[in-house]
Amino acid sequence: MEETYEFTKEDLKEIEAIKAKFPEVMPATLPTLWVAQRRFGHVEPPVQRLVAETLDLPESHVHGVATFYTQYYKEQKGKYVLDVCTTTSCQLCGGYKMLHYLEDKLGIKAGETTEDGMFSIQSVECLGACGYAPMMQITNDVYVNNLTEEKLDEVIDSLKEGKMPEFESVGMPLLENINNK
Amino acid sequence: MASDWKSFEPILIPDIPNLDKIDVYIKNGGYKALENVVKGDEWTPESVVDEVKEANIRGRGGAGFNAGLKWSFMPPADGGPRYLACNGDESEPGTFKDRKIFEYNPHIFIEGALIAAYAMKVTTIFVYIRGEYYSWIKMMEKALQDARDKGFIGKNLFGTDYSVEFEVTEGAGAYICGEETAMLESLEGKRGYPRVKPPFPAQKGLWGRPTTINNIETLANVPGVINNGTAWFKNIGAETHPGPVLYGISGHVNRPGVYELPSGVPVMELINDIAQGIRGGKKLKGLIPGGSSTPILRADQLEGVSMDADSLREAGSMMGTAGMIVMDEDTDMVDALWRISHFYKHESCGQCTPCRDGTGWLEKILLKIKNGEGEIRDLDLLLDVTTQMEGRTICALADAAAWPVRHTINRFRDEFEARCKKSVHAVA
Ligand SMILES: Cc1cc2nc3c(=O)[nH]c(=O)nc-3n(C[C@H](O)[C@H](O)[C@H](O)COP(=O)(O)O)c2cc1C
Ligand code: SF4
Ligand code: FES
Repeated sequence: MEETYEFTKEDLKEIEAIKAKFPEVMPATLPTLWVAQRRFGHVEPPVQRLVAETLDLPESHVHGVATFYTQYYKEQKGKYVLDVCTTTSCQLCGGYKMLHYLEDKLGIKAGETTEDGMFSIQSVECLGACGYAPMMQITNDVYVNNLTEEKLDEVIDSLKEGKMPEFESVGMPLLENINNK
Repeated sequence: MASDWKSFEPILIPDIPNLDKIDVYIKNGGYKALENVVKGDEWTPESVVDEVKEANIRGRGGAGFNAGLKWSFMPPADGGPRYLACNGDESEPGTFKDRKIFEYNPHIFIEGALIAAYAMKVTTIFVYIRGEYYSWIKMMEKALQDARDKGFIGKNLFGTDYSVEFEVTEGAGAYICGEETAMLESLEGKRGYPRVKPPFPAQKGLWGRPTTINNIETLANVPGVINNGTAWFKNIGAETHPGPVLYGISGHVNRPGVYELPSGVPVMELINDIAQGIRGGKKLKGLIPGGSSTPILRADQLEGVSMDADSLREAGSMMGTAGMIVMDEDTDMVDALWRISHFYKHESCGQCTPCRDGTGWLEKILLKIKNGEGEIRDLDLLLDVTTQMEGRTICALADAAAWPVRHTINRFRDEFEARCKKSVHAVA
């Protein structure tokens, strides 16, 4: 049987607030898909249908949008999705090494999910954190910078306990430190 | 002068604790420029456009176009809606600067966008931020709410008849949505397919209405120009490309990061003094100066080159986003170029054949060479494909994919040839 999905009252309120930002309803498509994915963990076709019905837009439109953007999960993923950046700056600084370390550690390849449904690994394109390479993002949320094998061990341990890492503020380097180096 | 960077005081992200808090920003003179422009008798929308045009703030999103000149393309107001779409997509590999503004000084951007909106008689501003920047989207939403609560956004600013709305919208993972017309499509809730131009966004932008697109850092430069005048701005950094620049330095350097300095700082000073040299005492091999689409320069091409549009053009590259990717002597250029080509292949929206097929071919041939299966004639095939991609497509992604291939092969040809196997085909 196909699972049924429903938005909560709060979700619907959030969706109304989103619609109010725009002169028409179509621009609410991306943000409403986000509301749905944060609620259900993915936007498989039944969820796309729910979004289409809620916004009164054609299902084909919502499907077209969902499939264009890489961050929407068109199929179910692990509880924690580890997006390891392997684009140029990260590649230069060991991004693939970090990716392969994770693959070995969790016994899966990029694109796969562990059997217990805890972790998925993805190799992704530049996340805009090139100065803090190598880095990864966890489930479209927190960035983890300057990865090392030790740091990955720690992050995986804490995720297993259900703890997301905190937001890391990197700070702006100050000129005075440079002048007095 | 460019070499004055040692005494430069940051303007976009000054070292003031908690500047992201609106009260701290106001205490440090924030929103005064907006108030003067909207409320005072000194300014009219037209004079603001002229002032910004004269200051020559060149777009920091990659193309380097004069912001005020772009604003002047907006048609006369007809009473209908008009839009400013602020580009916070920041997806060009090597670029990680706009998020610093969101995090450390969001109000300088908000104030700049509001001044721009007033100058162009805009009714609604949108800031489009890439979906991966979830944490920074939250920061921007908070900053905008604070500005709204203080009356800087909304109906009748400063008791005048000027009203403006300002909303955050988010992407969901697609580099192409940084291209301005793809961003408009995405904002309208669709797949991010770039539009054919003309019509240009100033004529038909969001929902067919006049729209201007500017980068976040570009707009953050506006309050300074209003407060201090064009002479002040034009005195900072390089003559034809003035103002502060957020340099993002990544790759094999000891201290990567985003540094705010005047435009036109010598490249070698950025690498050696500011980023404190190459890791492990290694030698420099090459530099991508402004995001992955800008042509790579060999170490021996960098002497006397500074980070501004003219100097980089003379050297054979471009300023782009000032996202500098530094490569040391051990860098495998074949691997590096293959990865860049993989990026553009992944991100092509597929509308135009030269781009959809071309990016695929570039990646495939480079993978073959990387795996030791390539032949010398594949290098010429690669160069031929780039020629067939450039200038033949709806947007500039195809060019962005072609340039690195053409220039990396030409500038490091030996390394590519060494990786090719001996030809098995008889030459006719
Ligand atoms: C493929 C492609 C990707 C782009 N990505 C970005 C981006 O992420 N951020 C940005 O500000 N401009 C990006 N641009 C440039 C924009 O199209 C546009 O020129 C810019 O946002 C205008 O702002 P500016 O004049 O203030 O620089 C991109 C252009 C192309 C062709
Ligand atoms: S050039 Fe490439 S990315 Fe741009 S519109 Fe054409 S296919 Fe899409
Ligand atoms: S290259 Fe990895 S974050 Fe930019």
